Amino acid sequence: MTTTETPGFEVDPALHRTLENARVNVELDNGDMILNLGPQHPATHGTLRLVVRLDGERVVAADPVIGYMHRGYEKLSEFRTYPQITTLINRIDWLSSFANEVPFVSGAEQLMGVEAPPRAQWIRTILTELSRIATIYLFLGEMGLQVGALTPAFWGFRDRELVLNLIEGATGGRFHPNFNRIGGLKDDLPWGWISECRATMDKILKGCDDFEDVLVGNEIFEARTRGIGIIPGELGAAYGVSGANLRASGVDWDLRRDGKPYLAYPEIDFKVWTHPDGDSFARYWVRLQETREAVRMVIQLLDGLPAGSIMAKVPRIIKVPEGEVWVEVENPLGQMGYYIVSKGATGPFRVKIRSASFSNVSILPWLLRGVYVPDVITIMGSLYFILGDIDR
Amino acid sequence: MTLALEIGWGTTLAIKTLIVLMIIPLGALILGYTFLLKMMSHMQSRLGPMDPGGFHGWFQLVGDGIKFLQKEDIMPDEADRRVFALAPAIVVISTFLIFLVIPTGPRLVVQHLDVGVFYALAVSSLSVVGVLMAGWASANKFALIGALRAAAQLIAYELPLLLAVVGVVIQAGTMNLNGIVIAQANGSIFGMDFFGNPFILTQIVGFVLFLIAAQAELTQTPFDMPVAESELVAGYMVEYTGFRFLFFFIGEFGTAFAFAALAATLYLGGYAIPGVNGGLADLLGPIVLFVKLMAVAFFMFWVRFTYPRLREDQLQAIAWKYLIPIGLLNIIATAIIKVAVP
Repeated sequence: MTTTETPGFEVDPALHRTLENARVNVELDNGDMILNLGPQHPATHGTLRLVVRLDGERVVAADPVIGYMHRGYEKLSEFRTYPQITTLINRIDWLSSFANEVPFVSGAEQLMGVEAPPRAQWIRTILTELSRIATIYLFLGEMGLQVGALTPAFWGFRDRELVLNLIEGATGGRFHPNFNRIGGLKDDLPWGWISECRATMDKILKGCDDFEDVLVGNEIFEARTRGIGIIPGELGAAYGVSGANLRASGVDWDLRRDGKPYLAYPEIDFKVWTHPDGDSFARYWVRLQETREAVRMVIQLLDGLPAGSIMAKVPRIIKVPEGEVWVEVENPLGQMGYYIVSKGATGPFRVKIRSASFSNVSILPWLLRGVYVPDVITIMGSLYFILGDIDR
Repeated sequence: MTLALEIGWGTTLAIKTLIVLMIIPLGALILGYTFLLKMMSHMQSRLGPMDPGGFHGWFQLVGDGIKFLQKEDIMPDEADRRVFALAPAIVVISTFLIFLVIPTGPRLVVQHLDVGVFYALAVSSLSVVGVLMAGWASANKFALIGALRAAAQLIAYELPLLLAVVGVVIQAGTMNLNGIVIAQANGSIFGMDFFGNPFILTQIVGFVLFLIAAQAELTQTPFDMPVAESELVAGYMVEYTGFRFLFFFIGEFGTAFAFAALAATLYLGGYAIPGVNGGLADLLGPIVLFVKLMAVAFFMFWVRFTYPRLREDQLQAIAWKYLIPIGLLNIIATAIIKVAVP
């Protein structure tokens, strides 16, 4: 890819006019066909709608239409108290809901001047990494499904179940734990959880090897993903693409290491994986390595888990003093941040949520120009967005 | 040995029709049960198809059938109603027609045709007409793209399929499928004639070509772009429900059954096993052929459940750049050896 200029986000008015009275024969007259991928389409992980203008099977223009799942969490947060808001925000990216709670709670803690005890921080880190594994592991299988291999998808679901069982064992909720409290956690880890966690991590590592065997070494998979959907590093950064999508373009940037220190990340040793190519294969490969790295991190965290209390002293009714705070963390899908404005009440005055997928899909119109229809699916799959994370 | 009772041509025709009408749905069910429900479940750790009915999920297929019968028959408003209704039938009929010429015993064959192979490959391409009709009549863009892909793909892969089979025809010296089986049973390799000469040994290149091309003809992974459920949802089948969808399903698995039988006949020696002749061969023939075709089908479905899908342009490149030249070379080599080594 040679062009690295940032193109404008132009929307062709003719595109929308023909959409209203779309008939097959009408469109065949002008040579282009307009295809609606979504809102109900198996490759869009929910309700993303992609209006694609096709010349044969080649995409002339693609226009993502979002908002089918907008739930208004930013506005709702203004009418809820701080402990209630964690219920909302763990539904943003529903696959890694625990990881969504952490930045908000630590933002509120920073405003209050409370710090969670070390053991709570470490358990939060463990559970964040577990939800990272659960999220990305599903991707590793689902990417196979996007390019037509059915079997890895089921392996992804099968082994993710083991991680969800762990999260359920610790928090009581498989998908929406709502486990964080301002100043710590609701409960300590249950008895026997740590040994079970170690056993599961071994299985996850083995599953990663299986994915590598069945997909990464496969000629067809490489033919379908290599050189498809190349994101140049600077352009990706300009669009706000983050997480593994950006690291696969050779940008060595991970908020766990490069951002403001949070949780127990400064105290453990981990490698940030990058890949120079920036194509769909690179994104798959980086995520595969990240899953292995996350397993390594969980084992380190389990080894060094400090003893002590899991809850700091906080008042019974939580009132956050006046102030503003911006917290950003590295979530499984990329950079996630909360800007919290407090006016000293029991709930925030205003919350701005920066979610990773919203920025990641913003590059789609640029990325999808000139590719074939099957590559649209490959690229969308490899960007790995969650609809709740786009629409909030 | 002659048949004990004399029956008229009308009765014979009725019996033959009945057998052919029974064998395809039965074959489709057997393949669907064995490979789709059991083998795939084992490969993918699926628990669902192992549960219904108690023992090993035997009831699953019956349940699926009942589900299809109960579903509402939906036809899109914009659909070309007659073409839409006719399309599944054409797909299934092409499958039935293949089975007319496949021999299951020295005398157990519905129709002796001197151009048997030619006929079988010709009628198997009839299904593309049904697929195109389904795609066009559905008035759905996904269906249209799927149908056009199917047409392009089936035309491209018809050639390697034919070229692969020509090698067998040259070696056997006949196009009659029964003749091909006999040629294999009576053949010899390097003077050893204990188990004849199954053409898989001398036509191994042709066999691989045949399997690849058959996989494309059947629109199975890695060549399943016409149905590609992750991009085109289900391609030309997207608007079909209930019984009409079941027709496509039977067509898909029935054709897989027929192609596996064709591969077993052309390359694995068909119904023949060494040392069995006469009436016993007629008795054992169907069983032997069934075992051989299941072995071929196992391989086909194994590939189907393992590999990702190619892109349409890559698929065309494989056909025109690799398979067809290799097929031509195979024919030339076979012809030279046939003439040079008597």
